[in-house]
Amino acid sequence: MAAQYPALQVVLALLAAPVCLILRRPNAAWAVATVITWISLALALSLLGRVLETGVILYPMGDWAAPWGIEYQIDTVNAFMLVIVTLIGSVVMPFARASVEAEIEEERIYLFYCMYLLNLAGLLGIAITGDVFNLFVFLEISSLSSYVMISLGRDKRALTAAYRYLVIGTIGATFYIIGVGMMYMTTGSLNMADLAAILPAVADSRTVLVALGFLTVGLGLKLALFPLHLWLPNAYAYAPSAVTVFLAATGTKVAVYAFIRIFFTVFGGVEIFTAGVIPQILAVLAALAMIGASAVAIYQTDVKRLLAYSSIAQIGYMVLGISMVTVTGLAGTIVHLFNHAIMKGGLFMAMGCILFKIGTVQLDQFEGLGKRMPVTMAAFVAGGFSLIGVPLTVGFVSKWYLVQAALEKGWWLAVAAILASSLLAVIYIWRVVEVAYFRPPPKGSAEVSEAPLSMLVPLWILIGASYYFGIDATQTLDIAFAAAETLFAPPL
Amino acid sequence: MTVELAILLAVAVPFAGAVLIPLTGAKPNLRETVTLVCAALLFYLVSVIYPTVAAGGVPEVYLFEMLPGLSVFFLVEPLGLIFAGIASFLWIATSVYSIGYMRGNNEENQTRFYAYFAIALGAAMGVAFAGNMLTLFIFYEVLTLSTFPLVAHSGTDEAKRAGRVYLGVLLGTSIGFQLLAIIWTWSLTGTLDFTDGGILAGKADGLTAGILLALYTFGIGKAALMPFHRWLPAAMVAPTPVSALLHAVAVVKAGVFTVVKVVVYIFGIDFLFDIGVSEWLQYMAAATILIASLVAMTKDNLKARLAYSTISQLSYIILGAMLVTDLGIIGSGMHLAMHAFGKITLFFCAGAFMVAAHKTEISQMRGIGHAMPFTTLAFFIGSLSVIGLPPMGGLWSKWYLALGTLETGKLWLLGVLMVSSLLNVAYLLPIPFRGFFSSPEENPPLKSSHNHDSEHDHTHDQDRPKGIKEAPVACLIAIGVTSAGCLVLFFYPDPVYDLMRQIVTP
Repeated sequence: MAAQYPALQVVLALLAAPVCLILRRPNAAWAVATVITWISLALALSLLGRVLETGVILYPMGDWAAPWGIEYQIDTVNAFMLVIVTLIGSVVMPFARASVEAEIEEERIYLFYCMYLLNLAGLLGIAITGDVFNLFVFLEISSLSSYVMISLGRDKRALTAAYRYLVIGTIGATFYIIGVGMMYMTTGSLNMADLAAILPAVADSRTVLVALGFLTVGLGLKLALFPLHLWLPNAYAYAPSAVTVFLAATGTKVAVYAFIRIFFTVFGGVEIFTAGVIPQILAVLAALAMIGASAVAIYQTDVKRLLAYSSIAQIGYMVLGISMVTVTGLAGTIVHLFNHAIMKGGLFMAMGCILFKIGTVQLDQFEGLGKRMPVTMAAFVAGGFSLIGVPLTVGFVSKWYLVQAALEKGWWLAVAAILASSLLAVIYIWRVVEVAYFRPPPKGSAEVSEAPLSMLVPLWILIGASYYFGIDATQTLDIAFAAAETLFAPPL
Repeated sequence: MTVELAILLAVAVPFAGAVLIPLTGAKPNLRETVTLVCAALLFYLVSVIYPTVAAGGVPEVYLFEMLPGLSVFFLVEPLGLIFAGIASFLWIATSVYSIGYMRGNNEENQTRFYAYFAIALGAAMGVAFAGNMLTLFIFYEVLTLSTFPLVAHSGTDEAKRAGRVYLGVLLGTSIGFQLLAIIWTWSLTGTLDFTDGGILAGKADGLTAGILLALYTFGIGKAALMPFHRWLPAAMVAPTPVSALLHAVAVVKAGVFTVVKVVVYIFGIDFLFDIGVSEWLQYMAAATILIASLVAMTKDNLKARLAYSTISQLSYIILGAMLVTDLGIIGSGMHLAMHAFGKITLFFCAGAFMVAAHKTEISQMRGIGHAMPFTTLAFFIGSLSVIGLPPMGGLWSKWYLALGTLETGKLWLLGVLMVSSLLNVAYLLPIPFRGFFSSPEENPPLKSSHNHDSEHDHTHDQDRPKGIKEAPVACLIAIGVTSAGCLVLFFYPDPVYDLMRQIVTP
């Protein structure tokens, strides 16, 4: 049984999606989605445990041997990704029930759960597969389902946001598949390990270079690398809260993972990345994202949009870590994938609670929220500390390793950018804090009215996790460093 | 009780207090009892640790591993014990004082006030007992964040603006400079433990060490070295007990304490002396001493004047550390204690003037000694100690700082200390003198609504200020204790001196 876990990891969610479609009843669909997510988490944890113990797991789909068949390859890096995605999903599901009821028309609720499961299957598929074309298929599954999820909300602006995401996302996927096609032209292979072995020999060909360019831009669009981030702010801001929480915490993270996989595994044996100008270009774009997006976040009046811009800045941190091409830098990126997922998930959940209660997340409507929704706002402040990088939070841990990596490289401007971006975070978080705590509640508002426990508990689980893993970061860092070392190890 | 347990409890008790205070918030008397019990217990715990450390021990308590190879742990050495002892003793005094002040002034949200106050004290204990720079940094930031609600306590626009400056400068310097210095030190040496003789010797060249020292010194914004001092005057918008204990003792002393710790245990006195990169920071400190004193003279608001005086006095401690001589370090450590007692007395008095007479401006305090003789006398005592005149404890620290400057052979630094003392005389002593020897009617008319009231009972106003009595008894008790402390430290400074002696002669 345990040998089939890699397949079950993806197939369960994929098969459960149509079940929701058939059930149609919101509560039943919710129950299916929740149970499936929790089982997926258990599978992911057991896979991670096995990888840490015995090393890489290879699983040929349908027993067709690689490189002709599709092979799932699970090492520390993607086992960790599987855990991140399913963990976030497991916390989001209990939260989603009340939140979705409030934000999505009742007759469409089952669609949300259906799309969520498809999305989950897609993200897990991207993470688990060892085949670049298979990755494309899962990329499309996750993208298409996320367009639908974003547009499910009552807010009509969500439709244009989803449409814009659809256009940009399709361009990204197309670029990716063009890149894959070109690689296939030159190498005749789609298996990642196989490609890694063949590519060094043909790396000089212009086709491979162009392929790399297409892959970079395609995935850059997916992970919202500045300046390819334009789809993200509105998509996050106008999507239903549960969707925002899940996508913000997992969607771009998985794209970052795919990026890492293409560069460090598929092109791992090629000098292009270690010697060329690509790292410098990435570093500059990352720094621009960290500073620029944080600065833009300061001027937002919609707090969900504010957090969305903050996400773009945080993706900058991750890309910066990648661009250093060192174990410390990459470990910083990988640990930040996890850390940012839990803190930003928590912050968007706080937004969900506020939307649930007062129906808007416009900053000027936050007056007196510190008194009206003390539990939610306390969570927001606690999560905000993590974004700033106050010690004992996960944000501090990520920042510590990214700064250390930059110091090792002697990249002083990168150090400055990381610290400056933290200080900008102080400003945008504090704008919200001042409105919520220093302005009196508007007249006639209820004294204290909090979101239901089913929302508050998941919220505090994520916020609590962002302190738990900030106080004892040894476990996550051990995994992150092991993962980073795997990526630098010579290909199989 | 073992010393290790006492250390843990010393950090835990204030935090436990912060939990209990909101629970007892509905009953103010019970709530204040919690604060007092915590403060007394804390001082007792510190006194349990004292004998071990005085005998040369360095008790250690391991907490947990935070990052691989980097743990959070406590280690009590003499300097930390001095800081903890002062902060915990003065917390008792401040708690008594707060009861009089907060009730006398009818402040709102008192429960929140006492709770954050307790957290701040717990953070100060964490700073004092930190075993490495990471632990110190954690509590340093907790101290910043927990004092923000105290600074912005009143919630007015002014308080909000002050809060922004406070947080902006303190977080800005700590994240922008200090954190960078810490991570840099870590990547150079692979350790952050406070070690006798420092950890950077042999690991960093002169230039790197110079940059690091600058990053640390300016990154420790709580030390208020110019140009990063603006937060301290801004913080004066807080209720007076906060200004007294936190912004004259716990927070600012946490700052200079960290500077001394970094100089002694991260760089090492010998290493720093050899590479000579601290010299320009002596100039910065000297400049801050003089400029802040001059600015203090121009301030009519009593708390603002005291704030600038604090900035100036903090730089005495930084100067003493940057001299990197034995006597300079001893002087720094002693000034930590002496200035704490002197300055908290002055702030207590300023608060008493405000509660009892509603006077905040110095120009309004002529003749106040007639109505409030006890408070004015205490202000006089505190002033003498801050200036450094006998028979007050402040003499000793200035004495050793002066000896330290002579050790380096820089006579002009001695000159700076002397000029500054004269400036202290000029901006502090006129206040009690005018209080005693002027008569109230020389006060220029107030612009506020007090004018209106005084028309009714004009005759009363002639010989003594309208209805002014001494401050609430609770305030007076606290003022009595701290001003007595200034005197006691003159006759009995030995514990502080002996502890500091241990640091320089291992």
